[in-house]
Amino acid sequence: MVCENCGSGNAVIHLTQIVDQEMRTLHLCEECAAEKGLETSSVPQNFPLTDFLAQMGGKGEAEGASGGTGEERETAVGPCSFCGLEFSEFKETGRLGCPHCWSSFELHLRGLLRRVHGGSQHLGKVYLSPDPSVSEREQRLEALRRKLRRAVELEDFEKAADLRDEIRTLEPAAGR
Amino acid sequence: MSDLLPIQDSGLGWLDASGEHSDIVLSTRVRLARNLQGHAFGPKARLNDRTAVLDQVRGVRDRVDLLRSAEIQELVQMEARSRRILLERRLVSRDLMGENGSGPARGTAVVLSPDHPLSVMINEEDHLRLQTLFSGLRLREAWSLLDALDEELGRELAYAYHHEFGFLTSCPTNVGTGLRASVLMHLPALVLTKEIGKVLQGLSQVGLTFRGLYGEGSEVVGNFFQLSNQTTLGKSEEDLVDHLDRIVRQVIQYETHARQVLLRDAASVTEDKIWRAYGLLRYARALSFEELMNLLSGIRLGASLKLLPGLRVYSLNKIMIFTQAAHLEEAAGRSLSVAESDAHRATFVRRILSTEGVVPPDEENADGNASGDPTD
Repeated sequence: MVCENCGSGNAVIHLTQIVDQEMRTLHLCEECAAEKGLETSSVPQNFPLTDFLAQMGGKGEAEGASGGTGEERETAVGPCSFCGLEFSEFKETGRLGCPHCWSSFELHLRGLLRRVHGGSQHLGKVYLSPDPSVSEREQRLEALRRKLRRAVELEDFEKAADLRDEIRTLEPAAGR
Repeated sequence: MSDLLPIQDSGLGWLDASGEHSDIVLSTRVRLARNLQGHAFGPKARLNDRTAVLDQVRGVRDRVDLLRSAEIQELVQMEARSRRILLERRLVSRDLMGENGSGPARGTAVVLSPDHPLSVMINEEDHLRLQTLFSGLRLREAWSLLDALDEELGRELAYAYHHEFGFLTSCPTNVGTGLRASVLMHLPALVLTKEIGKVLQGLSQVGLTFRGLYGEGSEVVGNFFQLSNQTTLGKSEEDLVDHLDRIVRQVIQYETHARQVLLRDAASVTEDKIWRAYGLLRYARALSFEELMNLLSGIRLGASLKLLPGLRVYSLNKIMIFTQAAHLEEAAGRSLSVAESDAHRATFVRRILSTEGVVPPDEENADGNASGDPTD
């Protein structure tokens, strides 16, 4: 079936609407459906953060409609113990007040991250602070090994050599 | 004016148009958001937090190779015009400037490197915003330089980091990698052929977004679009950068194709637009910045299509930066009214167009047929 909107795409979305007391069914391709604001995939759409925040912890329809897991249901949450930021302030401004806020509001933020970024697990650089703990060191090593595998897969041998050097400088200390 | 010296050439390296596809891609920028452990940021940062962060950066600068010769300047200590120049060069944000009448907050600062295309905003929304700016499409090179600075700084300063969420930021849209890579593109043919809507709409479906010339919240002028990654979490920095690179190359292809369509189906109209733009810029006595940007778009297209063969992209980049209000005032050595500014702008453009890159006199083009082969 051809998309009724653009006349060229393959219609995969079938939208039934009641307009002026008349029922109409629109057959749309994915692109045109997205243009009309219909979510067609799990890829995060270009919505402003405030839209997510408005839904966040909201009761009833917004939560149900967005497929919330219930994990981020409105629960009494105190202010951040480090900077004093109230969760309601965050919902207004979209800005957290300190690194500790991320622990204070962890559950709510995890839900938000899933909607904004499609997940909550960081897969980039693994940071080792200037005075690292043993577990930080191990996390860093694991991430470096993951990167090494990827560099080898991509045949980026120069980078692989650098990564190997970096792993070597960390390994003896981690092994002891 | 003495406080201007350290910023004289800062952030202008990209103008040289040395990078790949520099007629369509003006510049590549990558930035990383970083915060330090133990201090409030964003809305909760107080003067003592900001001062502590600034002092820590000052304390480690000499141990960071990439920043060894860098200047650290507190914004409150700079002249207002110098701050505006930094803004016009996209080295600081409106937020850092405290544009809503209050002026910059104490403790906000900018680090400018004279040796590398690197700068750092201190105490903006996040404690640190490391950034780099390159000419043309050079995402990997830009990332690699910024990564090196990040590695060095991260060894000296204790970043706020969480094993699951990654690098912690004030706004959840930046958390994880803290990386925003953006590419400033000139897409006049996609706009003229009305294909741009489809392209921009497609971007959101592949995790990218677009903005105007001056970043978030700014309008699109002169057919300049900034494309950047929308999400920062759940992918490695290399993947984010490579993904943007791939999409930008596709958009370049679309734009190039749209240009061919213009030349094939609307050669005379296109040529007319380009020559009119050139004529106005070459002889006008007053130009608003907005009018200039729109005309500049026309002659940039002309230069790229070799319809205005003498023009160099470098000259066009230079016009774009040095005709902004604070740059014109700096050149004049005084404040300018809007009318004066428009006149100075037109004079600057005339001078560049009459001295840099000579476009063949009109007679040579007048005898041919207007819709003829544009490559002759």
